[in-house]
Amino acid sequence: MTLAPERPATAPTTPTRAVNSRLSVESATDRPQRAPKTSSSLPANPAAHLTPEQIEEIGRELDAIRAEVMDSRGAKDAAYIRKVIKTQRYLEMGSRAVLLFSGVKVKGFRPAWWLGTAGLSAAKILENMEIGHNVMHGQWDWMRDPKIHSTQWEWDNASPSKQWKHSHNELHHTFTNVLGRDNDLGYGILRVDEDQPWTLFYLFQPVWHVGNALLFEYGIAAYDLELGGYLAKRKRMSAEDKAAWRTEAMEVVAKVKRQVTRDYVVHPAMSLPTGSARTTITANLVANLVRNVWTNTVIICGHFPPGIAVFEKTSIEGETRGEWYLRQMLGSGNLTGSKAMHVMTGNLSHQIEHHLFPDMPSNRYAEIAPRIRDLMDRYDLPYVTGSLAKQSASVYWKVVQLSLPNKVEGRRRRDVVLKAARHFARTGNLGRRY
Amino acid sequence: MSTSTLTRPTPPWRLRVRDGLVGLAEALTTPLVPGDYLDLISPLRAGADLRARIVSITSETADAATITLRPSRAWRGHRPGQYIRVGIDIDGVRNWRAYSLTHAPTADGTISITTKAIPEGKVSNHLVRDARPGTMVMLDQATGDFTLPAPLPEKVLFLTAGSGITPVMGMLRHYLGDLADVVHVHAAPTRSAVIFGGELRSYAAAGRIRFHEHHDDVDGILDLADLDRIVPDWHEREVWTCGPTGLLDAAEAHWAAAGLADRHHVERFRPTVIEPGEGGTVTFDRSARTIDADGGTPILDAGEDAGLLMPSGCRMGICFGCVVTLREGAVRDLRTGDLTIAEPGDDLPIQTCVNAAAGACHLDL
Ligand SMILES: Cc1cc2nc3c(=O)[nH]c(=O)nc-3n(C[C@H](O)[C@H](O)[C@H](O)COP(=O)(O)OP(=O)(O)OC[C@H]3O[C@@H](n4cnc5c(N)ncnc54)[C@H](O)[C@@H]3O)c2cc1C
Ligand code: FES
Repeated sequence: MTLAPERPATAPTTPTRAVNSRLSVESATDRPQRAPKTSSSLPANPAAHLTPEQIEEIGRELDAIRAEVMDSRGAKDAAYIRKVIKTQRYLEMGSRAVLLFSGVKVKGFRPAWWLGTAGLSAAKILENMEIGHNVMHGQWDWMRDPKIHSTQWEWDNASPSKQWKHSHNELHHTFTNVLGRDNDLGYGILRVDEDQPWTLFYLFQPVWHVGNALLFEYGIAAYDLELGGYLAKRKRMSAEDKAAWRTEAMEVVAKVKRQVTRDYVVHPAMSLPTGSARTTITANLVANLVRNVWTNTVIICGHFPPGIAVFEKTSIEGETRGEWYLRQMLGSGNLTGSKAMHVMTGNLSHQIEHHLFPDMPSNRYAEIAPRIRDLMDRYDLPYVTGSLAKQSASVYWKVVQLSLPNKVEGRRRRDVVLKAARHFARTGNLGRRY
Repeated sequence: MSTSTLTRPTPPWRLRVRDGLVGLAEALTTPLVPGDYLDLISPLRAGADLRARIVSITSETADAATITLRPSRAWRGHRPGQYIRVGIDIDGVRNWRAYSLTHAPTADGTISITTKAIPEGKVSNHLVRDARPGTMVMLDQATGDFTLPAPLPEKVLFLTAGSGITPVMGMLRHYLGDLADVVHVHAAPTRSAVIFGGELRSYAAAGRIRFHEHHDDVDGILDLADLDRIVPDWHEREVWTCGPTGLLDAAEAHWAAAGLADRHHVERFRPTVIEPGEGGTVTFDRSARTIDADGGTPILDAGEDAGLLMPSGCRMGICFGCVVTLREGAVRDLRTGDLTIAEPGDDLPIQTCVNAAAGACHLDL
């Protein structure tokens, strides 16, 4: 078992039955060690030089860091999240109040619109990132406050929290960057790694990417619902599965309806007396777009910039906790920036630390970041980090580059694209792999 | 106590307007509820959850203090002798404990509890030594049947020890004028350790009760056989007993032996004692199933092996997809060895994939 050092633990060291291998940092003796397969965009597997013992040792060090921080959670942390929630709610109320006068012109300019829209955008970003995302990760469950608990939280986003928690916490965080298991890898509409096969669909991915960023909350909802999978598989699905899917889809529709009514009907109606209904609609629209583009930009920087590894399905069978930790470190990238920037990214600027310890309170990531970086340096592992501008530009560039098929000796990319186009013209099929 | 039965019913049009306004407020605040915002501004308003602000903390003895609380408008009142559950944040974590209400009738709507710090006690020491006026705590409505009946009995005996005096003090402060014949036998280590000692002695001096103090440090442990001497008519009295388990068990046996068990009312401050061990039975309350689970197997695996439909996700403690409410019992985190103990009413959410049974557990599943 994986007992953190210096704990009065009495759990038996040999469980009576095989439990999840990831609960232990020790590797089973009969398991062949498989190195993570890394993106061909990297020169070599960045962890190839590590022995199984070293990986176990990394696991132990990380367990110890985790235990240290988790044991020291206390009143200061609780005060932090309460302060963020309070600030967010006052900011939202204040901005919405200001927007009641958003149509009022002063010297040909609408000051309330600008102020209210900026405030509402920031409030929505805070709500989704530093609060919603992190609360739903269970980062604050230890407080035992039912009002700030992963099982109770609902966020200002199209995707109902229950569905988001499943696809995000469970699938994405367990199978981070595993081709074919982690759908976050390109969200099913982007080719972000050369090892993802190319299809004609990806030729237009710069357009899909920008569209996805603008409508990110709906993209996430559709993706949490596995809309793509449903459309592709629905003919083969059992009646039961279909009914279950429909129930979930109705939950999304109901939630979207409530959100849309709030932003585009009820609040604008409140602004009618000052003639500000139309401007309140545009303010909400802009705030939602800003939030969507911002969250999308932050999130793509977490896993898609160059230097971050992807893994093959088989590499994770029977993986130990140490190996899982390794995959999290190699499969994530950070962002540099000010304290305010970290808060506005929901501390996903510490994506590496977050992926190692998804349930650690986000305000503590900054404090462990130097230790994680030191550990990775010691083991000669690449700690990917950069400014938001640099990392997001690199992702946008990658999206453009990978919209074309891979360069292969002896075939011209133009020919592949033309072949795919002819196939599409004949069959109407965009999804053939090349 | 409630007077709401006397208020006139609200006319239907007003109800409809009110529902309409509530609906509008909900539409404005979804996915939150209006209360989430109002709580920031006025946490004790009508319609808010039951909570209270600590108004003052007054020390009673070296290790006991009275905490006066201003409850929110949701407070429904109590019957003297009843207790409330208080949820207070200590080191960022909410802890719930039961405390008997001790206040006299008040004009300002405040209520109070009196807590004795016990060695190693987390909440009791916090309340007595560290808590500060202004702090917000969560409450549950008053409950319990350790109360006086109506009409009040002719002859009453209160038998208390240590902090067990608290529910009795609540009763005395409300009913002293109406009770004709009260004998109160109270045990405490020393004279100065008697909580409310001054007040009780003054009642005795005024001839309103007979107060017998027993000081264990001087007199040794109270022997119930001595009651014949202290309260010769004890078997004619309706008796309310509260104190440590030893006294309660002895008193129950004493009254049962006299064939007077139905006159004996008991309040236990430690109704269940959960002693964590290694493995144990896990009862899935809603599925009405009980299984044996060892101390090294996550409850998730044990439950699934027994054919139960368990919620699950990553199975490694990171997704919180397996969270189930622990109604009562003890579990141990297999990663850290940390124990989580839930007493009845605590209802703690636990991750079944990384927790194993550490004693008999009841899960809400
Ligand atoms: C109906 C009811 C009414 C109560 N009314 C009062 C009251 O008016 N005033 C008051 O001071 N307390 C009262 N209590 C007890 C109170 O709820 C707590 O149990 C007590 O304050 C100890 O909590 P703690 O967090 O300090 O101790 P913990 O940190 O929970 O426990 C520390 C140690 O003390 C032991 N322990 C826990 N509770 C008790 C106990 N009651 N007696 C002896 N040992 C214990 C534990 O097993 C542990 O070893 C009442 C309890 C009940 C059930
Ligand atoms: S199954 Fe993911 S936390 Fe338990």
